[in-house]
Amino acid sequence: MRPLTRMLLRDLWQAKGQAFAIGLLVAIASAAYLGSTWTYQSLLETQRAYYERYRFPDVFASLRRAPQTLVERVRAIPGVAQAETRVVASASLELPGFDEPATATVVSVPAGAQPDLNRLHLRTGRLPTADDEALVSEGFAEVHRLVPGDELGMVISGNRETVRVVGIALSPEFTYAIRPGDLMPDDAHFGVFWMTRDGLEAAFDMEGAFNDLSVRLSPGAVEEEVIAAVDQLLEPYGGIDAYGRDRQVSHRFLSEEIKQLRSTAIAVPSIFLGVAAFLLSVVLSRLIATQRQQIGTLKALGRSNLEIGWHYASFVGLIVLAGLMGGVGLGFLMGSAFTRIYVQYYRFPFLVLETGLGALFVAALLAFGAAALGVGGSVRRAVKLAPAEAMRPEPPASFKPTTLERVGLGRLVSVPGRMVLRSLERRPLRSALTVLGIAAGVAVVVAGSYSGHALVFLVEFQFGLVQREDLAVSFVDPEPIGALYEIEALPGVHQAEPYRAVATVLRSDQRTYRTPLTGMAPRASLRRVVSDDGQVVTLPPEGVILSRQLARILKVRPGDTLVVEVLEGRRPTRTVRVSGLVDDLVGVSAYMRLDALNALLEEGRVISGAWLEVDPAAEQQLFERLRERPGVAGVTLRSAALESFQRTMEESLGVFNAVLNLLAAIIAAGVVYNAARVALAERERELATLRVIGYTRPEVFRIVVEELAVQVLLAIPIGFVVGRAFALALSAALTSDLFRLPAVLDRASYVSAALVVLASAAAVAGIVWRWMTRLELVSVLKTRE
Amino acid sequence: MRPEAQTPAFEARGLTKIYRMGEVEVPALRGVDLSLYDGEFVVLLGPSGSGKSTLLNILGGLDTPTAGRVRFRDHDLVAAGDRELTRYRREHVGFVFQFYNLVPSLTARENVELGAEISERPIGSEQALAMVGLAERMDHFPSQLSGGEQQRVAIARAVAKNPDVLLCDEPTGALDVTTGKVVLQVLHRVNAELGTTVVIITHNAAIAGMADRVLVMHDGRIARETRNAVKVPPEEIEW
Repeated sequence: MRPLTRMLLRDLWQAKGQAFAIGLLVAIASAAYLGSTWTYQSLLETQRAYYERYRFPDVFASLRRAPQTLVERVRAIPGVAQAETRVVASASLELPGFDEPATATVVSVPAGAQPDLNRLHLRTGRLPTADDEALVSEGFAEVHRLVPGDELGMVISGNRETVRVVGIALSPEFTYAIRPGDLMPDDAHFGVFWMTRDGLEAAFDMEGAFNDLSVRLSPGAVEEEVIAAVDQLLEPYGGIDAYGRDRQVSHRFLSEEIKQLRSTAIAVPSIFLGVAAFLLSVVLSRLIATQRQQIGTLKALGRSNLEIGWHYASFVGLIVLAGLMGGVGLGFLMGSAFTRIYVQYYRFPFLVLETGLGALFVAALLAFGAAALGVGGSVRRAVKLAPAEAMRPEPPASFKPTTLERVGLGRLVSVPGRMVLRSLERRPLRSALTVLGIAAGVAVVVAGSYSGHALVFLVEFQFGLVQREDLAVSFVDPEPIGALYEIEALPGVHQAEPYRAVATVLRSDQRTYRTPLTGMAPRASLRRVVSDDGQVVTLPPEGVILSRQLARILKVRPGDTLVVEVLEGRRPTRTVRVSGLVDDLVGVSAYMRLDALNALLEEGRVISGAWLEVDPAAEQQLFERLRERPGVAGVTLRSAALESFQRTMEESLGVFNAVLNLLAAIIAAGVVYNAARVALAERERELATLRVIGYTRPEVFRIVVEELAVQVLLAIPIGFVVGRAFALALSAALTSDLFRLPAVLDRASYVSAALVVLASAAAVAGIVWRWMTRLELVSVLKTRE
Repeated sequence: MRPEAQTPAFEARGLTKIYRMGEVEVPALRGVDLSLYDGEFVVLLGPSGSGKSTLLNILGGLDTPTAGRVRFRDHDLVAAGDRELTRYRREHVGFVFQFYNLVPSLTARENVELGAEISERPIGSEQALAMVGLAERMDHFPSQLSGGEQQRVAIARAVAKNPDVLLCDEPTGALDVTTGKVVLQVLHRVNAELGTTVVIITHNAAIAGMADRVLVMHDGRIARETRNAVKVPPEEIEW
């Protein structure tokens, strides 16, 4: 082995603790980057392949009722490659042994054959052939342990029928099987059923007709043009507002989630790489300082600058390479594990694993690039050192009184305290970066736990302040206000509040948004309009209150006028004034007073349903009675939805937070360990001197630990601020019309962030104590610096 | 005053120290008997490797012998653990090294305070610095002081604790003659004015002239002991 190579290996061995800490950071950074990039790419590719193989449509439209013959005219629209009509309806379900309300979306398929679009992936069983046979979505079937051969009751447009399960299926249309208006999939209470076209036509009075249209575009078609043509064609049949994939609920949720992975793929690794680069620069500049004379000797012997530069670059390169290699392995495991978890979660029928070399190349570039940034200066300094100068020992470090002392506060600090402050102030950049590195650890915990806590807040907000009813009843068609009094009189009902929800398209100039317009009692208490600061909004006698997010989409302000295109009944078009905005968190909505809405629609006092507060003991009985009442489309229990959500959140939050805390601990411990190692190496002589003078081991330990403590304690509040900024950025990035995460941070996040970092620092202090016991007093003092 | 009439402050009997370097045993002390008395100025002379540093380290509580007994007043330095040795150094010993070992981030005054701070009966740090002739340079950092000045600060730091014994390992080894003499004057003054026992180890035989007693070490033993009837004042020493 060449002597320089041997020297390299020994230097690495000497610095093994620090090399390991840095390698670990590089490994985590590259694993995080590769893992999330590969997961992202795999999911994107799986989604694409799934859509392709199962013919996910490009354009969707629902309408009231159109004759089947109309489909030929749809197919004639330029840009339409395939068009398929269906009958789609909602139904409530009666499952043996399951007392809670469950609803389904029922979709028609040709008897015994795959549809042209939205093809089904059969997990088990076969396609339905008879009218009373159904395929069930996998999530729902799993929760209720449904297998082919099982039977259940289904209430379709008021008629109760018995349906037999013949198979379990998946569809690209319902990867995210979310009931409209819900936050998350709720497989216990919502499922998708596929039944024969003939059967559904009969049940819904749709013989020779359809109420749902799917279109696949030919290559090069312009989506907007096709949508406009479809809208025009369907308009007479109660179809308006056809939409593309961008508004298909399942696709949107899925794409949003996949998109979020991308930001993780960038944010997390940059923190780790930044910290690793800084640590490398400290370790290397320290190494070069101690090897000053050695560098001079090597140069005097005739070694070239290139060889010397290469030597130190290799030192760094080997650490980064080792970290990178670990990161690739870990990243591959992470990527495939995450992809598998997601594939299971979304119930993709298959998995396409993408582990592109491109990502690997980027990871290597980032890791080496960060290292080069960190150590470039040190290597250059080593190369530039003149041999004669290098062989002379470095002049004693020069110090000066700190700012604190210059303003006359020096007397407040003990002499060892002054040692600490002066050495921190002598290398302000290094001290600042150390503080920032530790702060990064704090920030990771604060920001990381943010989205989870915000989601919990969101749910508590939504169910605690907004949706406070126990039961919600909706009618098939609007009913006169008398229906409310009738329900109010049922045994077990404490309170009933009416509502009117009408499907509309809101329009302001060219901007439109399809949303229900909800009319509520002026002083409703079960369902309220609440802004994110907890303020209950009083509905004005006239005009509409909009979610701020909706006002943003429509670009309207209070005082502006909106066009309301009603999508039911005689489908009138009205105008209404925007009287206020509300910062709500879930969905986007438009609210009016019930009487004002009734007046706007010129429809008399009618309601779409009611929100009830009920006696818990009577809940079940009441639920049964309401379901049997003619005209009731659905009954929803609030508690069921809330519980399932909270269970899911708590489980996933626990794991997620544990991983984050571990990562944060590694960052903080890495930085503190390195700072301690360097402080000790630079101070070895001073500390030995103090021990010789008669300072006890704890007294000397305190000096080192105080220096670390100053940095850690400074880092914690900075980490809070940085973490909060991250969290706010995250909140802004995640704002959509699906939901908004409030900019609230749980106090517990701050506390746990501080605790994680303090614990890592304490662990390092333990290591420092061990070093202290090994301090060689005599040999240190007898050598010249 | 005849020191032999007193009880010795230090008493060592049969001191042996063997360093184990892997498989090889290297004897540094081979049975040293020694008595040192309060207020003495002793020079330990010998070539490098003669064991004088090892002896000084054992006397100063930085190292323990392999065999033999050594005692300072009522302190048994053989049986003492790390904690007792630290207390012993803290209360009784001042060290001066060849390479000063000042804390670079502290001024001269603060370096001295470092010593004074942990003593129960300290000499004021300004007084200690005045004694070594550096009253004017108290607020300078080590990087602003010459080698001789740094060594005088180191002596002031040792003296400020008001120790019973000042152990100096080649205190002039890194200095030229002129500055070396200034340092020796300071050590002489400490011995004369404060009554501190001073032990200097050196291979510079010229320094021996200023001692009360000279012990010559050779190959781990005290080979010779002489007493100076007339002491040479430090300013007259030449090398």
